[in-house]
Amino acid sequence: MKLGGFEELVLLAIGSLGDDAYGVTIKEILKEKTGKNPSVGALHSALYRLEEKEFVKTREGGATAERGGRRKKYYQLTAYGLKMLQETNELRMSFAQNIPGLSIKTQE
Amino acid sequence: MNQQSNIPPKLAQRLLQWFLKDELLEEVLGDLDEKFDLEKETYSLSKARRNYWYQVIKYIRPFAMRGSFNHPLKNLIMIKNYFKIGFRRLKRNKVYSALNIGGLSVGLAVVMLIGLWLFHELTFDDYHANHDKLARVMQHKTRDGIKITRRPLPFPVGRELREVYGDNFETVVMSSWTWGHVLGDEDKGVLKTGAFMESEAPQMLSLRMVAGDMNALTQQNSILLSRSSAQALFGGEDPIGKSIKIDNDWNVVIKGVYEDIPTSSSFNSLEFIAPWDLYVSNTEWVKASRNEWDNSSFTAFAQIKEGLTMEEVNERIRPAISAHTDQYEGWSDKNEVFLHAMNDWHLRNNWENGVQTGGAIQYVWLFGGIGVFVLILACINFMNLSTAQSLKRFREVGIRKAIGSVRKQLINQFLTESFLLVCLSFLVSLALVLLVLPQFGVLAGKQFEIPYQEPLLWLISLAVIVLTSLLAGLYPAFYLSGFQVVKALKGSIFHSNSSKYLRRGLVVVQFVISVALIIGTIAVRDQIQFTQSRPMGYNGDNLISVSMVSDDYRGKKEYLETQLKDARIIESMAMTSSPMTTLNSTVGGFEWESKDPNFHPHMATNWVSAEFGSTVGWNIFEGRDFSKELVTDSSSVVINQAAVTYMGLEHPVGQEFTLWVRNSYRTFKIIGVTRNIIRESPYSQVRPMVYFLDTEETELEYYLLKLNPELPSQEAIASTTQVFEQLAPNVPFDYQFVDDRYAQKFEAEVKVGKLSGVFAGLAIMISCLGLFGLASYMAEQRTKEIGIRKVLGASILTLWKLLSSEFILLIVLSCALAIPIAYYFINDWLANYEYRIDIPWYSFLLAIVGALVITLITVSFQSVKAALVNPVKSLRSE
Repeated sequence: MKLGGFEELVLLAIGSLGDDAYGVTIKEILKEKTGKNPSVGALHSALYRLEEKEFVKTREGGATAERGGRRKKYYQLTAYGLKMLQETNELRMSFAQNIPGLSIKTQE
Repeated sequence: MNQQSNIPPKLAQRLLQWFLKDELLEEVLGDLDEKFDLEKETYSLSKARRNYWYQVIKYIRPFAMRGSFNHPLKNLIMIKNYFKIGFRRLKRNKVYSALNIGGLSVGLAVVMLIGLWLFHELTFDDYHANHDKLARVMQHKTRDGIKITRRPLPFPVGRELREVYGDNFETVVMSSWTWGHVLGDEDKGVLKTGAFMESEAPQMLSLRMVAGDMNALTQQNSILLSRSSAQALFGGEDPIGKSIKIDNDWNVVIKGVYEDIPTSSSFNSLEFIAPWDLYVSNTEWVKASRNEWDNSSFTAFAQIKEGLTMEEVNERIRPAISAHTDQYEGWSDKNEVFLHAMNDWHLRNNWENGVQTGGAIQYVWLFGGIGVFVLILACINFMNLSTAQSLKRFREVGIRKAIGSVRKQLINQFLTESFLLVCLSFLVSLALVLLVLPQFGVLAGKQFEIPYQEPLLWLISLAVIVLTSLLAGLYPAFYLSGFQVVKALKGSIFHSNSSKYLRRGLVVVQFVISVALIIGTIAVRDQIQFTQSRPMGYNGDNLISVSMVSDDYRGKKEYLETQLKDARIIESMAMTSSPMTTLNSTVGGFEWESKDPNFHPHMATNWVSAEFGSTVGWNIFEGRDFSKELVTDSSSVVINQAAVTYMGLEHPVGQEFTLWVRNSYRTFKIIGVTRNIIRESPYSQVRPMVYFLDTEETELEYYLLKLNPELPSQEAIASTTQVFEQLAPNVPFDYQFVDDRYAQKFEAEVKVGKLSGVFAGLAIMISCLGLFGLASYMAEQRTKEIGIRKVLGASILTLWKLLSSEFILLIVLSCALAIPIAYYFINDWLANYEYRIDIPWYSFLLAIVGALVITLITVSFQSVKAALVNPVKSLRSE
């Protein structure tokens, strides 16, 4: 199963948001971290693909007034999704380590 | 909307709702709303709205679209079902289906036939590639305050148009009239019609060359033949380079062969083209008229330059003749040159006082109108039968709705059924058209072919199918699908007044059209009969006319007369300058003592031999006929009654007048007055006319032979042919029966009469089919009522009255509406004819009675059947 570039970012965003990952928050955090502003359509399109590939699962949240009484749809990493992130990350690191002059900082 | 609302744009939301999958809607709308709020607070309302729109537009992605956008074939199952149900209904209601399909297919067939005819008429002359730019040069002459429009032109006009007005024209071509000439050599000759034209003519007419050179007419001894002329002369041999003679006199070499010009072209009879120069240099009188502006004996064609319109050119060339004739002494005509565009030749060729007044175009409108009406009739039938039927279907609609059918599906169902019927009808009508096409061709006097390769045909057919199914299916579809479930199931929709009035209205429309068509047909027929029974003024029986196509015929009257009379083949024989059924010449310049100097009379002239009167059997009304014995008769004339009135003579016999004839002023004496003879259109007044005696036989172009009536005409013709062929063995003997030619003058009207008769008949038939269906439906609806009435003692007669009276009322109303409409159109049509009937009032009565009788028969069949039903049976159920 492949993971596209934008999909990977979205998956990372969902993971980092924890329990509060739904459309608007994902979009906001992506904007904040990448400086780019994806359209809602593009974001949703990626989300549905992720869901289809079973990297994320969804649950319905409560309705709020600012959404015009509509319910939120929360996204959450699945174990499979987590594993996928892990693999991608390891792959990158294995390359990065061999690049002279590239410093790999990790927060502890 | 100045005040922007605080909520996301409604239209954008609606758009989203329209295309977005239902399951996504809640989430997407929610996210967008939340984002909208966020933006509104961080930036501004307008930016938030703009962004909302942006997001919605960006959301148009395949993954989010509704199924119907992605997979239109998902509906296939439903469409299949519509067709299945449709077919089942057709099978179940055989009578209604037959009535519906029958009516509609007859209607469609009529429309198709009319369409073919219109196509033929409207694309007339399209064979010539430059038809938009081609024209005939013509002139209006103002004479004594009246403008008359004529084709003949003076010789120098071609030169004038080229030299003075050359900027306007691509080409100008002088031409002789298209007449019969003998082509061939000493052994074999064929009679072909053709013309002498200037060398650019083949190029201008874009003739399609089979062989040879289209520009060969620059050589004076050349000729171009049509393929069939070449075939007739040489069979399969290569004709190019062969020498032949025109009229046994002029030697020419065949330089080219062109494809036959089709019947849908005005140049259809151009079977050969010979050089104009050949004609001019070999014909004395033509040579002499080179610079004569007062001798209009030729015709001319022109192609205007690209980018110019006929009107613009007309504006400029108007004085082309008058600039010269105005200098003539005693010239009283005002001449205006103009172009008659080729696109108008066939359909617009009547002028009245210099103004274009139409022509055959009125028939295009007439039949186009009839076509539309017949289609409307057929659609009305369909609607009527469907709405009537629909009342039986209200339970079906109720149940369908109850189990979840939405209105759209019901509409689709009904439209599919209508589409199905129309398609079937279309197939049936196509078969009908193919079946009757030959007969229709005979009726309309044309050869029709279905232009299969024409994409327009298929486009129009498709349009007609779609339009008809919509037109015929929309009302039932919307009316039926609009039932409320509860009412439909309870059955309380029975007598909806609106649909009842609609049906009645439609029946009235149908019968207005049908009755008007019947009245029109009777009027056309009466007008034709009236004119046909108009006295011709002579006796055309057994009279044949032989044109002196060959010089071998000339001056042989004595010989022919002795030969033919001795063998008792003919009774008498005469010669004339014009055939009996046309007039070739009109002259002016008559002067007599008591004439008003401001009156410039022009009269038709005809040079004849002394036996003319007795051969054609004219009626001398006053004075005497020409006499062969009196030498003085060479300056005697016989005039017709119209001329007496025209000249204003009280005592015509003995009156003398002078006229410029053959290079000198001569004095003529009127010796007799004949009753008017119809030489031109039988619908017009007879023109004033003078008969001159031509003892020198210089003007005489036709022999008139009165065949012996005791001899079978075929035998007489065969013997005559022998005599003529002895005279000129290589000239094919060509003759015409005068009364046949006379009958041809009615051809156009007879055609219209027949066609309108057929269409009126079909219209009535279609209307009656509809009426029949309606009546049977009504009777069915009222089965129980009739049963109860019968039990209570109603007689069959009362029941019949009850069931029929409504229809009778409708028909009477239709007639009342149809009469003024028919009156208006007939009046309009009759105004075209000088010699015409009054509006035949009896035709109104006839049409009314006819419509009533037909209706009664149609309706009674059903009402009597209903009235005869045993009440036990009709009341037993439920």
